[in-house]
Amino acid sequence: MMRGLFAFVAGSLFGTGLLISGMTNTRKVQGWLDIFGNWDPTLAFVMAGAIIPMLLAWRLTRGRTPLVGGQFPAKPSMEIDRRLVVGSVLFGMGWALAGLCPGPAMASLSYGGINGVLFLIAMIAGMLAAPPLGRQLDRLANAS
Amino acid sequence: MYVEWIWGLIGGLLIGLGAAVYLLCNGRIMGASGILGNLVERGPLDKKMERLIFVVGLIGMPLLLRPLIAPAAQTHLTSNISIVILAGLLVGVGTRVANGCTSGHGVCGISRFSLRGIVATVIYILAGALTLALFRNVLGLI
Repeated sequence: MMRGLFAFVAGSLFGTGLLISGMTNTRKVQGWLDIFGNWDPTLAFVMAGAIIPMLLAWRLTRGRTPLVGGQFPAKPSMEIDRRLVVGSVLFGMGWALAGLCPGPAMASLSYGGINGVLFLIAMIAGMLAAPPLGRQLDRLANAS
Repeated sequence: MYVEWIWGLIGGLLIGLGAAVYLLCNGRIMGASGILGNLVERGPLDKKMERLIFVVGLIGMPLLLRPLIAPAAQTHLTSNISIVILAGLLVGVGTRVANGCTSGHGVCGISRFSLRGIVATVIYILAGALTLALFRNVLGLI
């Protein structure tokens, strides 16, 4: 019950932040990536704004447990593997082509028109197709 | 122009606050691709409820707020259907293979000084900038 309430609050804050920061506007996102053209630095301000509360939040996790119980996420792995590199390249290409990443694609569902819905469907299809590609990359890593 | 930066900063703070609530209360990393990816994959329904409710808030709050901030609520997404589908597929595959996107690797990863988060963010921004340069400035397609 409480878990659901907190999830709703977190999702609502995330959606509101994406909307008012302009990050559901594909022109601003593509503007950030357009470093050889008409560069728009807004995304850096959004990223900085989002990192500030999280710096504090990670500090607060030390020696504590989550409010609803359980454990905080384990320390992140230091391994830079093929999955991380190849996946991030593919993601960056798609991000640039449309100017949408997964959060804004969901947040803008109510006003993104039919093409926004189409993007979301294609993105979910891509997500479902990802596990075989990941395993293929692992096989390549083991073979080399 | 500077007004947009201020809105960016305020919006960013709200995004970070959402991530902090999800972390400190539920003990989870707020990554949009992980949350949606887990929802659409096969698995027990009771474990998905939290993510489903998160997505309801994520989609529902902009729906409610949109009339108040109408000018901001425009995606200006391309009308080129081939580009939309190709981009969606790439974002879906890429974020799941890399196990994170702008929120998970970017916001949540960088703020805990995760090497993987920082490397992923540098790579997807570089790949994005090169792709945009090619498709916009060379090919003129987007």
